[in-house]
Amino acid sequence: MRRLLRYLRPYRGYVALVLALTFMQALSTLYLPELMAHIVDTGIVQGRVHYIIRVGLVMLGVTILGGVAAVGAALFASQSAAGFGKILRSLIFRHVESFGLREFDLLGTSSLIVRTTNDVMQVQQLVNMMLRMMILAPLTSIGGIIMAIHTNGRLALSMVVVIPLLGITVWGVLSRGIPLFRVIQTKVDRLNRVVRENLAGVRVVRAFHQQDYERQRFYEANLDLTETSVRVFQMMALMMPLVMLIMNWASVAIFWWGSLRLSHGALQVGALMAFIQYFMQIMFSVMMVSMMAFMLPRGQASALRILEVLNTEVDIQENPKPPARLTRPVTHLRFDHVTFFYPGAEEPALSDITFEAAVGETVAIIGGTGAGKSTLLNLIPRFYDVKSGSIQLNGVDIRDLALGELRAQIGLVPQRAVLFSGSVLDNVRYGNLDASEKDAAHALEVAQAWSFVSQMPGGLHHDISQGGANLSGGQRQRLAIARALVRRPRIYLFDDSFSALDYKTDAALRQALRRETEDGIVLLVAQRVATIMDADRILVLEDGRLVGQGTHDQLMETCPVYREIVASQLSPEEIA
Amino acid sequence: MSTMNSRSSQQNPPWGRRPGPMGFGRGGPGFAMPVEKAKNPRSTAIRLLGQFRPYRARIALVFFAAVLSTVFTIWSPKILGDATTVLFQGFIAKLRHVPGAHIDFTAILRDLAFLAFLYLVSSGFSYLQQYVMAGVAQRMVFRLREELMEKLNRLPMRFFDNHPHGEVLSRFVNDFDNISSTLQQSLTQLITAVVTFIGVTVMMLTISPLMTLAVAITLPLSFLLTAVIARRSQRYFLTRQRKLGEINGHVEEMYTGHPIVKAYGHEERAIEHFEEINERLYVSSWKAQFVTGIIFPLMNVIGNFGYVLVSVLGGILVTRRAIQVGDIQAFIQYARQFSQPITQLASISNTIQSALASSERIFEVLDEPEEPADQPGEASEAPTLGHVRFDHVSFRYTADKPLIEDFSIDVPPGSTIAIVGPTGAGKTTLVNLLMRFYDVDEGAITIDGQDIRAMPRNVLRRKFGMVLQDTWLFHGTIRDNIAYGRPGATDAEIVQAAQSAHADHFIRTLPDGYRTVLNEEASNISQGQRQLLTIARAFLADPPILILDEATSNVDTRTEIAIQTAMRNLMQGRTSFVIAHRLSTIREADWILVMDHGRIVEQGTHQDLLQAHGFYYELYQSQFQKAVVS
Repeated sequence: MRRLLRYLRPYRGYVALVLALTFMQALSTLYLPELMAHIVDTGIVQGRVHYIIRVGLVMLGVTILGGVAAVGAALFASQSAAGFGKILRSLIFRHVESFGLREFDLLGTSSLIVRTTNDVMQVQQLVNMMLRMMILAPLTSIGGIIMAIHTNGRLALSMVVVIPLLGITVWGVLSRGIPLFRVIQTKVDRLNRVVRENLAGVRVVRAFHQQDYERQRFYEANLDLTETSVRVFQMMALMMPLVMLIMNWASVAIFWWGSLRLSHGALQVGALMAFIQYFMQIMFSVMMVSMMAFMLPRGQASALRILEVLNTEVDIQENPKPPARLTRPVTHLRFDHVTFFYPGAEEPALSDITFEAAVGETVAIIGGTGAGKSTLLNLIPRFYDVKSGSIQLNGVDIRDLALGELRAQIGLVPQRAVLFSGSVLDNVRYGNLDASEKDAAHALEVAQAWSFVSQMPGGLHHDISQGGANLSGGQRQRLAIARALVRRPRIYLFDDSFSALDYKTDAALRQALRRETEDGIVLLVAQRVATIMDADRILVLEDGRLVGQGTHDQLMETCPVYREIVASQLSPEEIA
Repeated sequence: MSTMNSRSSQQNPPWGRRPGPMGFGRGGPGFAMPVEKAKNPRSTAIRLLGQFRPYRARIALVFFAAVLSTVFTIWSPKILGDATTVLFQGFIAKLRHVPGAHIDFTAILRDLAFLAFLYLVSSGFSYLQQYVMAGVAQRMVFRLREELMEKLNRLPMRFFDNHPHGEVLSRFVNDFDNISSTLQQSLTQLITAVVTFIGVTVMMLTISPLMTLAVAITLPLSFLLTAVIARRSQRYFLTRQRKLGEINGHVEEMYTGHPIVKAYGHEERAIEHFEEINERLYVSSWKAQFVTGIIFPLMNVIGNFGYVLVSVLGGILVTRRAIQVGDIQAFIQYARQFSQPITQLASISNTIQSALASSERIFEVLDEPEEPADQPGEASEAPTLGHVRFDHVSFRYTADKPLIEDFSIDVPPGSTIAIVGPTGAGKTTLVNLLMRFYDVDEGAITIDGQDIRAMPRNVLRRKFGMVLQDTWLFHGTIRDNIAYGRPGATDAEIVQAAQSAHADHFIRTLPDGYRTVLNEEASNISQGQRQLLTIARAFLADPPILILDEATSNVDTRTEIAIQTAMRNLMQGRTSFVIAHRLSTIREADWILVMDHGRIVEQGTHQDLLQAHGFYYELYQSQFQKAVVS
């Protein structure tokens, strides 16, 4: 947390103001009992009405001043906290945008989202609370102690006993209760899981007529949760009554002791009244500080998660040397003994892959799950860097190129077709901001998407909601393909991009693509043999190794793994 | 955490001057944030209260304890005030050198002892009330949760298909959480607030009507402040919520689409857009925080006004001998407690409203129409042959979209029906009808001549085995997951089922074998292996009729072959409905149903359909024809 607080620096002027204003606020609250004591000890005892009114007016002034100070403190505190959140959020987002896929794998996409949004919000709220209460509470207790000692030093000694007692009580209950809240959370999760499984598997549960069994499972989880909750809440019920009792009894004791001292003439009645008020203010502050001690770890966890993001070093960065340039359009792609490990992995995801592809060629990649097909594609736009060997475009190592120039050569269609909110046109133009509507329409036509796009209300300008939730998987894939086409790249990367298409569309699309990609290199990952049978070259991957390379007919002769794949998908006469 | 922040304002300390804001936990008092309101609060409230019936005695105890605890709390300042007066009088007498003057310590001690007792009793009752209420609230929610679960078991499949799972799930979690914490705190708070308000007013009036009037002047101020701030802050919070939603949406989109953002080099655009929203979020964020941040200071100022008024007016009255010094003492506490119930009521009413909205959502589900009950009548326990007939069946999910019209088919025992068609909705419709997840609108489906609507559902469903693409396994051991098909199966039977399903081998390679616990997403075994487990489950259940989905995406070649053989074994001698993806299955099927857009467009044998040159022909050509790339 402390390390995050440096991002509050632009607001240090405000923070200083908050400090000053809070100090004023605390002072005003503390000054009132003192004034009231004057009313009692001087005004009443001497029966001076004018004096009482005069002190009353001063009290009014102090109250208003304190109020103004409090509002001012709230203003600057909320602006600093919100500003702190803004700066932090922006830093994280900018940093994450510079990440490659390695860093995403490391931290996890959904975790990154939570860290950028919720965690920052948590920390921001904590900062706001710190600026408000964590300053006010100690200031008040210190001020209160000073005032109490000033009123009567001997009486103030009583606090040496009461403050630790109160602190220990609060801490004792909370330290026992808070961990139990975590236990409750795991039991809530369990109940959650049972319900979720029942909802997702409702057909199976009913098909096997297992409602009774599920009911029993739910009952157990429910009972378990309830029993723990009852225990925890009944324990927490002890807290406030206990705290109140300690404070109330302490005040009774102080009153008694104060009366004794008063009879010796060491104290006046108004002063005793004021003293007890100080005492209460101190007690409340102590209570707040001990409660806040339990809020901190929560923010602490968020702060750590945020720091982890900020401290993640980006693996793939622009080459510090002046980058090499491609002098002519890319006509040649070469993998030269490429080996690649995922971070932390013991086994290589790809080992010793060598192949070439020239302009106009289609190279297909096939293999089981986990064979390394997508990994191979992801190396080309440098989402990851190779461990050894190299990837070359026209003989230039891609690591020597500027990232921007490298990626400008590439049209990627990922496995999961991600679309962004905006119109269809916006999404297609994402591939090429300079594309005209005509270009976009053409790309959509080639991608076999025009037929459904033109039927949407608004056509090209139809809005795509949240990642394309209103489109089918096949429609999303076709839009993603159009987005790659409109870029007119030199290298097309299709990562299992036809899987959600029905066979007719698949066939038509591939036919149209064939013409469109003539002046480029096409790399195509697929699961279906039928999709890739007629590629110029097929790479067969197994466990990250290249176990076969050639045309369909060649591979049928030479590659047992390929034969096995084919046999599982096609009937004998089709293979022939 | 929420229990303590709201509890803290229930009891008031003597000399109850509360320094500073106390709204930790939720970042402000309850009324500052907007809440969802019930559509029909009154009837929902009555129904919710009805849930308390079994706990009447305990609720009465809670009320009793809450009232007593509050009454004692209200009483105590008066006693302390009396003690102060005694002290003061003795002190003054000594000051004026009245002969024989002394401080009456016996009286003070008596007062203080009584006071200590009052505090003890008050705290005791307060604890009792919270203790009992915690039990009541949790147990009541327990019962409601059970009731909701029972209800889900009786709801028709239509309900699950029409309600997103997350929505139902959130009722189980968030809504119940909301209800239990409200019951636990707000109800007793409500009692306390009302009793405090009345009690304090009475006490003040008995001490000094004039001073009561002075304090009452601050009341409209509190009202006004609460109202104004509540309105403003709710607006700011709504704006902040919207901005927060916007930025979350953008972040989610950019992060999930990260490869695309990178590949197309649009990082700068993403950042620009982010900064725009971030700036707007900043503005709404500080405003919302500011408004909630000033509530307590402002309340404090108003409270301090009361304090000043009491001190001054009280001081003057004491000099006129109208009241005693101790009364000022008492009044200072009362004045503070006087305005508190107002703020509290505002936030309690908000919590209660939101709890009512939650209850309403739960009651809504409880009121959903249920599946028609099973027809009474004996289920023939004769072994099923598996003769399935669709007799002029018509069905539609929604009234205006006809799906299946006058469909008839006769499936002799042991035959295989292939269902083919492009990916998309529709093929599950037949499953829904066969297993009576939905009932047909017209016509009838019979098994061995008996209308399935005349059978109890469990008897009907026991006749079927399902192996679907979205394999459903639960958090538990592999053994338990297979045994799901037939509770009470022996280990030997389970192993045998696994062997038939070609699953035994991979299960034994797992570190814990059959005792391996499948984790939440069952990600410790592969998709294909999961499917093998569901096949084993079906083997164990040994049903006469099967519903299979051949689709196997993301499965490696070897597992694929295992699945294929296992399914083939399973189909031996059983009537099978196969959602077919393999040419061999289709060709060997006795009958083919061709579906498109959820409707049956063609049916017949493979040869018939090819000759018809219709939809099936085209599908077949494109799906299984080779060499399209060239």
